[in-house]
Amino acid sequence: MTMTDVNIDEILAPMPDKVKKNRRKHIVKKDASAGCRPQIEANTRTVPGIITQRGCSYAGCKGVVVGPIKDMLTITHGPIGCAYYSWGTRRNKARTDDSTPPDQIYSTMCFSTDMQESDIVFGGEKKLAKMIDEVVEIFHPRAINICATCPIGLIGDDLGAVSKAAEERHGIPIIHYNCEGYKGVSQSAGHHIANNQIMERMIGTGTEKVDGKYVLNFLGEYNIGGDAWEIERVLEEIGYTVGSTLTGDSAYATIKNMHTAHLNLVQCHRSINYIAEMMETKYGIPWLKVNFIGIDATIDTLRDIAQCFGDKELIARTELVIERELAAVTPEIERYQKICRGKTAFIFVGGSRSHHYQFLLRNLGMEVMVAGYEFAHRDDYEGREVIPTIKSDADSKNIPELHVKPDTEMYRPPHLRLKMSQEKYDELVASGVLNEYRGMYPDMVNGGIMIDDANHFETEELVKVFKPDLIFTGIKDKYVTHKMGLPSKQIHSYDYSGPYTCFRGAVTFAKDVAHSLSTPAWKMITPPWEQSITEQR
Amino acid sequence: MLECTPKEPLPKDARTTGSINPIKTCQPVGALYAALGIHGCLPHSHGSQGCCSYHRMALSRHFHEPAMASTSSFTEGASVFGGAANLKTSIKNVFAIYNPEIIAVHTTCLSETIGDDMPTIIKQSEIPEGKYVIHANTPSYHGSHVTGFSNMCKGIVSYLAESDGNPKKERANIFPGFTNPGDMREIKRIVTEMGVPSIMYPDTTGVMDSPVRKTYEMFPRGGATIEAIQDSGNSKMTLSLGAWSSDEAAATLQSKCGVPGVPLRIPIGVKATDDLIMAVKKGFGVDVPEPLEVERGQVIDTLIDIHYQYEGKTVAVFGDPDIVIPLVEFLITMGMIPKYVLTGTPGGKFEKIVNGMLEEAGIEGSRVKAEGDLFDLHQWIKEESVDLLIGNAHGKYIARAEDIPLVRVGFPVFDRAVHPLMPIVGYRGCLRLIEMISNVLLDRRDRDCLDEDYELIL
Repeated sequence: MTMTDVNIDEILAPMPDKVKKNRRKHIVKKDASAGCRPQIEANTRTVPGIITQRGCSYAGCKGVVVGPIKDMLTITHGPIGCAYYSWGTRRNKARTDDSTPPDQIYSTMCFSTDMQESDIVFGGEKKLAKMIDEVVEIFHPRAINICATCPIGLIGDDLGAVSKAAEERHGIPIIHYNCEGYKGVSQSAGHHIANNQIMERMIGTGTEKVDGKYVLNFLGEYNIGGDAWEIERVLEEIGYTVGSTLTGDSAYATIKNMHTAHLNLVQCHRSINYIAEMMETKYGIPWLKVNFIGIDATIDTLRDIAQCFGDKELIARTELVIERELAAVTPEIERYQKICRGKTAFIFVGGSRSHHYQFLLRNLGMEVMVAGYEFAHRDDYEGREVIPTIKSDADSKNIPELHVKPDTEMYRPPHLRLKMSQEKYDELVASGVLNEYRGMYPDMVNGGIMIDDANHFETEELVKVFKPDLIFTGIKDKYVTHKMGLPSKQIHSYDYSGPYTCFRGAVTFAKDVAHSLSTPAWKMITPPWEQSITEQR
Repeated sequence: MLECTPKEPLPKDARTTGSINPIKTCQPVGALYAALGIHGCLPHSHGSQGCCSYHRMALSRHFHEPAMASTSSFTEGASVFGGAANLKTSIKNVFAIYNPEIIAVHTTCLSETIGDDMPTIIKQSEIPEGKYVIHANTPSYHGSHVTGFSNMCKGIVSYLAESDGNPKKERANIFPGFTNPGDMREIKRIVTEMGVPSIMYPDTTGVMDSPVRKTYEMFPRGGATIEAIQDSGNSKMTLSLGAWSSDEAAATLQSKCGVPGVPLRIPIGVKATDDLIMAVKKGFGVDVPEPLEVERGQVIDTLIDIHYQYEGKTVAVFGDPDIVIPLVEFLITMGMIPKYVLTGTPGGKFEKIVNGMLEEAGIEGSRVKAEGDLFDLHQWIKEESVDLLIGNAHGKYIARAEDIPLVRVGFPVFDRAVHPLMPIVGYRGCLRLIEMISNVLLDRRDRDCLDEDYELIL
């Protein structure tokens, strides 16, 4: 591949001046020779009228974080649309297990108060209270989530009061989220709101201790296409116990006991880092940023986890599992590398995935030229050390910060959680293994572009510059990419494939990408009667 | 699947509020879809970003096509101070960056609740010469996605259609209702086959079923042109297909430009298709051409040939009223028994019409519900099951839980491809429906029967 000397100003030239000035700050080029990270603007308002990939606070709260909790019945309080669109939209696979029988799974259902005009005028609190009573009577759930939509905040329904009263009536937790769509500038606000409530109302309320020598929680893993299950398989073979995921295939029944774990793994930094930090402060559980996307990344992650406990047997077992898994997948990966090698891609997806997938693509011999997040903050691009320098604006000030203190009974110092000496623990922290994330920038290819809140116009222009072979994106842009004559893979839903994690997942991904690139139809777009003309061109 | 649904029927007053597994969604998605049926149009969602994102996602998942739209990107500030500044900025930016011919704005529950005055804001906006901005009010707390489709159709007529005062042209306007592009294509073909020129709008053919051409066109070559829509005020009549989705627009065109609207059903099934053809024949004094006669004869022939494959089978039908009503009529024609009929869209006349058809056919013991949801349907099925489900893709959970085959018809169908291109309207649509229905029933029989009953000869 060649490093094109892309001129960002030229790309933005047709935009009105004000828009140009705004967007320029969201686009950064990796320049390895510069020696320092450039600053990128993120988590600020989308320019009105720009065709954005972003969603809203409700989408981040209900759609991403709390909706997948399988044994909680989630009521969307509002008109019908929001509940409808967040119903069966994300592929957060869930199954029954020891703690959740089949008749306690609600995550595939859609509950809406279906507010009508009169509810908007006279208030919807009574309707919500009544619906809670009815669903408790019909379904007997263990716990209920109540998510707010735009009009709720405007008409001033007091979700807290309704939930509290219903909790007293029914004796089950009823947890509300003031995640009105207009809050913040993207889904990110909703993640934060959900994190606060999960931390305050769920984690630490259970009394069952999870059995296992090394108990891990898996934060920011949503089990798209069974990703979490594949990771759990590998972790359990090494000797770990996964206490709970947040929130793919997770259950209220297990989330409430998460405070008893030894170590938190953070997969999606953006949507869940709040909880990781708060659990560290409140319970003393350290956290480790992990990446199970890509073979080398998985190996590094497995070694990092083993290092966190420092048990020789665990380290040996880790190497054994790595060796065995690697041997099983290497020939298959090599087969697909033949098709993928040398190809380039763009990737736009939220969370940490635009970063993570670069490792997997490199395993296939591919390189990502342009990468961006929909709803990231600066630290997701530039690393956590910039957090103190991020100025909070009016939009982010609207999201309440939860300040936690060490729990007087349940706090255990991190080094004791990890069963190691204070010195050894300090060393791990100092070396940047624990409680650290360096962001996407260090792993971008030199000359590549990081773009925040990428919009349709810019994507099209960047395609002209870089001529990628493939674009990883969501459904809204998938078919645009196809019309451009480029293959696309949905990286939100994996086009109903998956899992893509760990070793076996890498093979599935490799096969899917290879098929996307090589499907015979790409060569048939120009009909035979136009081919001679094309050749003359 | 759905094991949490109670096995026993609920007491009558157990559920009085809210919706569980709805059969409707909100107005803006319908408005956005209708706006995509104008050539060179960029739909614009006036509210927070999530709505626009959700609607584009829903349409892209159903059609497997790009569904472009911009948003006013409200944050808390706009929600407090009003969205006028956001909309004006949006209009300016959209014309500068994407250069559409027209922007079709629809509201959301957010902008409706704060009471943004759309006509005034649009009047105060900078609109380049020769370009248009139109709007429809689409509060999500009223009606359904069908209402939103209807409201945008009415908006298109109110803003654009004109009458030049000359005698009306021998031409039909066609308001196709909330249907797939494949259906719209077929409806146009039928009218064209009869030798009558027509203007269809909204017309999502070529927009939501566009071919791959290797270069992306933000505004695909399909859709009704603004000129055609403007000229629709000079047509002789409007064929208004579907009371819920088209009649308001037709009434508006009638009062604005004096074009009489002929209210018809969406032509699903033999009778509704016959009605469309008779309306065109009567309105324009044309004969029914032989190809259409042949097509009709083929349908009747097929109905006679294979009636025993489906006759007497019970079926649950759910979806949008304009689709469900003629579909139920056709199922009755096929000799099937529509046992449960539901729509999520409000409107008591739905129940009246369907009950009327059932009564006329002498079918007793069926349940019909407007403003129903799939939890209602599931409860009914638990009480007494049916042989077949017909409805949108959300029905697949009941289909699995209760082991009933599902024929996917309507919106949305997320989990299958090709359906937006394949019509269920007209006589050809009848054949396709018969094929889909009889095939799933036969597959079912083959799957379940004993080895000695597994037969090739039927």
